[in-house]
Amino acid sequence: MIAHAIFFYTFSIIAVVSAIMVTASKNTVHSVFFLILDFISISCLFIMIGAEFLGMIMLIVYVGAVAVLFLFVVMMLNVAQQKNQWFAGQATSKHIPVGLIISTLIFFEIIIVIGGWKYKPEIFDINNSLANTSVSNTHSLGQILYTDYIHVFQISGMILLVAMVGAIVLTFRQRSGLKRQSYIKQISRERAEGVEVLEVQSNKGVKIDD
Amino acid sequence: MIDIGLGHYLTLGAVIFSIGVIGIFLNRKNIIVILMSIELILLAVNINLVAFSIYLGDLAGQVFTLFILTVAAAEAAIGLAIIVVYFRNSGTIRVEEIDKLKG
Repeated sequence: MIAHAIFFYTFSIIAVVSAIMVTASKNTVHSVFFLILDFISISCLFIMIGAEFLGMIMLIVYVGAVAVLFLFVVMMLNVAQQKNQWFAGQATSKHIPVGLIISTLIFFEIIIVIGGWKYKPEIFDINNSLANTSVSNTHSLGQILYTDYIHVFQISGMILLVAMVGAIVLTFRQRSGLKRQSYIKQISRERAEGVEVLEVQSNKGVKIDD
Repeated sequence: MIDIGLGHYLTLGAVIFSIGVIGIFLNRKNIIVILMSIELILLAVNINLVAFSIYLGDLAGQVFTLFILTVAAAEAAIGLAIIVVYFRNSGTIRVEEIDKLKG
Protein backbone atom coordinates (compact mmCIF):
# COMPACT_ATOMS: atom_id res chain seq x y z
CA MET A 1 0.00 0.00 0.00
CA ILE A 2 2.91 2.31 0.80
CA ALA A 3 4.52 1.53 -2.54
CA HIS A 4 1.23 2.23 -4.29
CA ALA A 5 0.99 5.63 -2.61
CA ILE A 6 4.60 6.51 -3.36
CA PHE A 7 4.30 5.61 -7.03
CA PHE A 8 0.92 7.33 -7.36
CA TYR A 9 2.18 10.59 -5.91
CA THR A 10 5.41 10.49 -7.90
CA PHE A 11 3.74 9.92 -11.23
CA SER A 12 0.83 12.26 -10.60
CA ILE A 13 3.12 15.09 -9.50
CA ILE A 14 5.21 14.58 -12.63
CA ALA A 15 2.03 14.53 -14.71
CA VAL A 16 0.57 17.70 -13.19
CA VAL A 17 3.83 19.65 -13.36
CA SER A 18 4.43 18.67 -16.96
CA ALA A 19 0.82 19.53 -17.84
CA ILE A 20 1.39 23.00 -16.39
CA MET A 21 4.61 23.27 -18.37
CA VAL A 22 2.78 22.30 -21.58
CA THR A 23 0.58 25.35 -21.28
CA ALA A 24 3.13 27.71 -19.73
CA SER A 25 6.23 26.93 -21.75
CA LYS A 26 7.31 29.70 -24.10
CA ASN A 27 8.90 27.43 -26.65
CA THR A 28 6.48 25.19 -28.51
CA VAL A 29 9.05 22.42 -28.88
CA HIS A 30 9.42 22.31 -25.11
CA SER A 31 5.63 22.07 -24.81
CA VAL A 32 5.64 19.00 -27.04
CA PHE A 33 8.36 17.37 -24.94
CA PHE A 34 6.43 18.07 -21.74
CA LEU A 35 3.33 16.60 -23.38
CA ILE A 36 5.33 13.42 -24.05
CA LEU A 37 6.46 13.33 -20.40
CA ASP A 38 2.84 13.76 -19.32
CA PHE A 39 1.67 10.86 -21.46
CA ILE A 40 4.47 8.62 -20.21
CA SER A 41 3.71 9.28 -16.54
CA ILE A 42 -0.03 8.77 -17.05
CA SER A 43 0.61 5.50 -18.84
CA CYS A 44 2.80 4.44 -15.89
CA LEU A 45 -0.20 5.17 -13.65
CA PHE A 46 -2.43 3.07 -15.91
CA ILE A 47 -0.01 0.15 -15.78
CA MET A 48 0.21 0.53 -12.00
CA ILE A 49 -3.53 0.26 -11.36
CA GLY A 50 -3.90 -2.76 -13.61
CA ALA A 51 -4.84 -1.45 -17.05
CA GLU A 52 -1.65 -2.68 -18.72
CA PHE A 53 -3.03 -2.83 -22.23
CA LEU A 54 -4.23 0.76 -22.18
CA GLY A 55 -0.96 1.94 -20.67
CA MET A 56 1.01 0.34 -23.48
CA ILE A 57 -1.44 1.59 -26.11
CA MET A 58 -1.09 5.09 -24.68
CA LEU A 59 2.67 4.82 -25.03
CA ILE A 60 2.46 3.55 -28.61
CA VAL A 61 -0.31 5.81 -29.89
CA TYR A 62 0.39 9.04 -28.05
CA VAL A 63 4.15 9.05 -27.59
CA GLY A 64 4.90 7.12 -30.75
CA ALA A 65 2.46 8.73 -33.12
CA VAL A 66 0.59 11.80 -31.91
CA ALA A 67 3.44 13.54 -30.10
CA VAL A 68 5.85 12.86 -32.95
CA LEU A 69 3.25 14.28 -35.33
CA PHE A 70 3.07 17.42 -33.19
CA LEU A 71 6.86 17.61 -33.19
CA PHE A 72 6.98 17.27 -36.97
CA VAL A 73 4.46 20.06 -37.45
CA VAL A 74 6.14 22.36 -34.95
CA MET A 75 9.49 21.92 -36.63
CA MET A 76 8.03 22.12 -40.14
CA LEU A 77 6.18 25.37 -39.48
CA ASN A 78 9.30 26.91 -37.95
CA VAL A 79 7.38 28.40 -35.05
CA ALA A 80 10.28 28.22 -32.63
CA GLN A 81 12.09 30.99 -34.47
CA GLN A 82 9.04 33.17 -34.62
CA LYS A 83 8.51 33.22 -30.91
CA ASN A 84 10.38 36.46 -30.26
CA GLN A 85 8.27 38.23 -32.81
CA TRP A 86 5.16 36.67 -31.32
CA PHE A 87 5.92 37.76 -27.81
CA ALA A 88 6.64 41.34 -28.84
CA GLY A 89 3.19 42.82 -28.56
CA GLN A 90 1.04 40.71 -26.31
CA ALA A 91 -2.33 41.78 -24.99
CA THR A 92 -3.11 38.87 -22.74
CA SER A 93 -4.36 40.84 -19.75
CA LYS A 94 -7.99 40.56 -20.83
CA HIS A 95 -8.02 36.81 -21.25
CA ILE A 96 -6.02 35.67 -18.22
CA PRO A 97 -8.55 36.51 -15.46
CA VAL A 98 -11.51 35.11 -17.41
CA GLY A 99 -9.67 31.91 -18.20
CA LEU A 100 -8.46 31.46 -14.64
CA ILE A 101 -11.93 32.04 -13.19
CA ILE A 102 -13.61 29.61 -15.57
CA SER A 103 -10.97 26.94 -15.04
CA THR A 104 -11.04 27.17 -11.25
CA LEU A 105 -14.84 27.04 -11.37
CA ILE A 106 -14.68 23.86 -13.45
CA PHE A 107 -12.07 22.38 -11.14
CA PHE A 108 -14.07 23.03 -7.97
CA GLU A 109 -17.26 21.75 -9.60
CA ILE A 110 -15.53 18.47 -10.37
CA ILE A 111 -14.04 18.30 -6.88
CA ILE A 112 -17.49 18.91 -5.34
CA VAL A 113 -18.93 16.13 -7.48
CA ILE A 114 -16.16 13.74 -6.42
CA GLY A 115 -16.43 14.73 -2.76
CA GLY A 116 -20.18 14.37 -2.61
CA TRP A 117 -20.23 11.06 -4.38
CA LYS A 118 -20.30 7.95 -2.18
CA TYR A 119 -19.50 4.59 -3.59
CA LYS A 120 -20.94 1.44 -2.16
CA PRO A 121 -18.62 -0.63 0.00
CA GLU A 122 -19.36 -3.86 -1.87
CA ILE A 123 -17.84 -2.34 -5.00
CA PHE A 124 -14.40 -3.15 -3.70
CA ASP A 125 -15.27 -6.84 -3.46
CA ILE A 126 -15.98 -6.75 -7.18
CA ASN A 127 -12.68 -4.99 -7.66
CA ASN A 128 -10.82 -7.73 -5.84
CA SER A 129 -12.54 -10.41 -7.87
CA LEU A 130 -11.44 -8.63 -11.06
CA ALA A 131 -7.88 -8.37 -9.84
CA ASN A 132 -7.60 -11.98 -8.81
CA THR A 133 -8.74 -13.62 -12.02
CA SER A 134 -6.20 -15.65 -13.91
CA VAL A 135 -7.14 -13.93 -17.19
CA SER A 136 -4.89 -10.99 -18.00
CA ASN A 137 -6.15 -7.50 -18.66
CA THR A 138 -5.36 -7.66 -22.37
CA HIS A 139 -7.08 -11.02 -22.72
CA SER A 140 -10.30 -9.94 -21.03
CA LEU A 141 -10.33 -6.63 -22.92
CA GLY A 142 -9.99 -8.46 -26.21
CA GLN A 143 -12.75 -10.85 -25.25
CA ILE A 144 -15.31 -8.07 -24.91
CA LEU A 145 -13.85 -5.73 -27.53
CA TYR A 146 -14.25 -8.21 -30.37
CA THR A 147 -17.65 -9.54 -29.28
CA ASP A 148 -19.83 -6.99 -27.51
CA TYR A 149 -18.24 -3.89 -29.01
CA ILE A 150 -17.40 -5.15 -32.49
CA HIS A 151 -19.55 -2.60 -34.32
CA VAL A 152 -18.13 0.31 -32.36
CA PHE A 153 -14.67 -1.07 -32.99
CA GLN A 154 -15.23 -1.15 -36.73
CA ILE A 155 -16.72 2.34 -36.71
CA SER A 156 -13.60 3.59 -34.93
CA GLY A 157 -11.60 2.02 -37.75
CA MET A 158 -13.72 3.99 -40.21
CA ILE A 159 -12.99 7.16 -38.23
CA LEU A 160 -9.28 6.52 -38.58
CA LEU A 161 -9.68 5.91 -42.32
CA VAL A 162 -11.62 9.15 -42.78
CA ALA A 163 -9.02 11.03 -40.74
CA MET A 164 -6.22 9.63 -42.86
CA VAL A 165 -7.96 10.47 -46.14
CA GLY A 166 -8.87 13.93 -44.84
CA ALA A 167 -5.34 14.74 -43.75
CA ILE A 168 -3.91 13.64 -47.09
CA VAL A 169 -6.54 15.55 -49.10
CA LEU A 170 -5.99 18.70 -47.02
CA THR A 171 -2.23 18.81 -47.29
CA PHE A 172 -1.85 17.51 -50.85
CA ARG A 173 -0.83 20.07 -53.42
CA GLN A 174 0.31 19.94 -57.01
CA ARG A 175 3.58 21.77 -57.37
CA SER A 176 4.06 23.72 -60.58
CA GLY A 177 7.40 23.99 -62.36
CA LEU A 178 8.54 20.58 -61.21
CA LYS A 179 10.12 18.23 -63.76
CA ARG A 180 8.81 14.71 -63.49
CA GLN A 181 9.58 11.53 -65.34
CA SER A 182 6.63 10.36 -67.43
CA TYR A 183 6.85 6.73 -68.40
CA ILE A 184 3.98 6.95 -70.87
CA LYS A 185 5.70 9.78 -72.71
CA GLN A 186 9.00 7.95 -72.76
CA ILE A 187 7.60 4.68 -74.04
CA SER A 188 5.33 6.21 -76.67
CA ARG A 189 8.07 8.25 -78.29
CA GLU A 190 8.39 7.58 -82.00
CA ARG A 191 11.48 7.80 -84.18
CA ALA A 192 9.96 10.55 -86.33
CA GLU A 193 9.62 13.04 -83.49
CA GLY A 194 12.96 12.30 -81.90
CA VAL A 195 15.48 12.01 -84.76
CA GLU A 196 16.05 14.15 -87.79
CA VAL A 197 18.67 13.48 -90.47
CA LEU A 198 20.33 16.60 -91.81
CA GLU A 199 22.72 17.23 -94.64
CA VAL A 200 25.66 19.03 -93.11
CA GLN A 201 27.56 21.23 -95.50
CA SER A 202 31.24 21.76 -94.92
CA ASN A 203 32.32 24.89 -93.05
CA LYS A 204 28.76 25.46 -91.89
CA GLY A 205 27.41 24.27 -88.64
CA VAL A 206 24.01 22.85 -87.96
CA LYS A 207 21.53 24.99 -86.16
CA ILE A 208 19.85 22.91 -83.51
CA ASP A 209 17.24 23.75 -80.95
CA ASP A 210 15.50 26.53 -82.82
CA MET B 1 -3.45 10.01 2.26
CA ILE B 2 -1.56 6.74 2.13
CA ASP B 3 -4.52 4.63 1.11
CA ILE B 4 -4.89 5.42 -2.59
CA GLY B 5 -8.50 5.10 -3.72
CA LEU B 6 -10.76 6.07 -6.57
CA GLY B 7 -10.97 9.66 -5.34
CA HIS B 8 -7.26 10.24 -5.83
CA TYR B 9 -7.41 9.26 -9.48
CA LEU B 10 -10.54 11.35 -10.07
CA THR B 11 -8.84 14.34 -8.46
CA LEU B 12 -5.81 13.86 -10.69
CA GLY B 13 -8.14 13.78 -13.68
CA ALA B 14 -9.85 16.96 -12.50
CA VAL B 15 -6.53 18.76 -12.07
CA ILE B 16 -5.28 17.81 -15.53
CA PHE B 17 -8.66 18.71 -17.08
CA SER B 18 -8.54 22.16 -15.47
CA ILE B 19 -4.97 22.70 -16.63
CA GLY B 20 -6.10 21.86 -20.15
CA VAL B 21 -8.96 24.36 -19.95
CA ILE B 22 -6.59 27.01 -18.59
CA GLY B 23 -4.26 26.27 -21.49
CA ILE B 24 -7.01 26.86 -24.02
CA PHE B 25 -8.04 30.16 -22.44
CA LEU B 26 -4.66 31.61 -21.64
CA ASN B 27 -2.80 30.70 -24.76
CA ARG B 28 -2.69 33.57 -27.19
CA LYS B 29 0.43 32.75 -29.10
CA ASN B 30 0.23 29.45 -30.85
CA ILE B 31 -2.66 27.37 -32.04
CA ILE B 32 -0.61 24.16 -31.76
CA VAL B 33 -0.50 24.59 -27.98
CA ILE B 34 -4.30 24.81 -28.01
CA LEU B 35 -4.40 21.42 -29.76
CA MET B 36 -2.05 20.08 -27.10
CA SER B 37 -4.40 21.40 -24.40
CA ILE B 38 -7.24 19.49 -26.04
CA GLU B 39 -5.07 16.38 -25.87
CA LEU B 40 -4.59 17.05 -22.14
CA ILE B 41 -8.35 17.28 -21.64
CA LEU B 42 -8.90 13.98 -23.44
CA LEU B 43 -6.15 12.47 -21.30
CA ALA B 44 -7.99 13.58 -18.15
CA VAL B 45 -11.16 11.94 -19.44
CA ASN B 46 -9.18 8.77 -20.06
CA ILE B 47 -7.85 8.81 -16.49
CA ASN B 48 -11.40 9.08 -15.14
CA LEU B 49 -12.67 6.24 -17.32
CA VAL B 50 -9.80 3.90 -16.47
CA ALA B 51 -10.03 4.63 -12.74
CA PHE B 52 -13.76 3.94 -12.71
CA SER B 53 -13.26 0.82 -14.81
CA ILE B 54 -10.67 -0.59 -12.42
CA TYR B 55 -12.41 0.31 -9.19
CA LEU B 56 -15.90 -0.73 -10.30
CA GLY B 57 -14.68 -3.92 -11.96
CA ASP B 58 -16.28 -3.17 -15.31
CA LEU B 59 -14.18 -3.38 -18.45
CA ALA B 60 -16.48 -1.16 -20.53
CA GLY B 61 -14.62 1.91 -19.31
CA GLN B 62 -11.35 0.66 -20.74
CA VAL B 63 -13.04 -0.17 -24.05
CA PHE B 64 -14.34 3.38 -24.27
CA THR B 65 -10.90 4.72 -23.38
CA LEU B 66 -9.65 2.87 -26.44
CA PHE B 67 -12.25 4.62 -28.61
CA ILE B 68 -11.40 8.01 -27.10
CA LEU B 69 -7.79 7.29 -27.98
CA THR B 70 -8.84 6.62 -31.58
CA VAL B 71 -10.84 9.81 -31.85
CA ALA B 72 -8.03 11.82 -30.25
CA ALA B 73 -5.53 10.51 -32.77
CA ALA B 74 -7.88 11.31 -35.67
CA GLU B 75 -8.54 14.77 -34.26
CA ALA B 76 -4.83 15.50 -33.88
CA ALA B 77 -4.13 14.40 -37.45
CA ILE B 78 -6.94 16.49 -38.97
CA GLY B 79 -6.20 19.50 -36.75
CA LEU B 80 -2.53 19.50 -37.61
CA ALA B 81 -3.35 19.13 -41.32
CA ILE B 82 -5.65 22.16 -41.11
CA ILE B 83 -2.91 24.12 -39.30
CA VAL B 84 -0.35 23.20 -41.96
CA VAL B 85 -2.71 24.32 -44.74
CA TYR B 86 -3.52 27.55 -42.92
CA PHE B 87 0.14 28.29 -42.35
CA ARG B 88 0.83 27.68 -46.03
CA ASN B 89 -1.90 30.09 -47.07
CA SER B 90 -1.52 32.90 -44.58
CA GLY B 91 1.99 32.54 -43.17
CA THR B 92 1.01 32.65 -39.51
CA ILE B 93 -0.65 30.47 -36.92
CA ARG B 94 -0.65 33.06 -34.18
CA VAL B 95 -4.02 32.97 -32.45
CA GLU B 96 -4.60 36.72 -32.52
CA GLU B 97 -4.01 36.94 -36.26
CA ILE B 98 -6.37 34.14 -37.22
CA ASP B 99 -9.41 36.32 -37.78
CA LYS B 100 -10.53 35.42 -41.27
CA LEU B 101 -13.91 34.26 -39.99
CA LYS B 102 -14.42 37.58 -38.15
CA GLY B 103 -15.27 35.71 -34.95
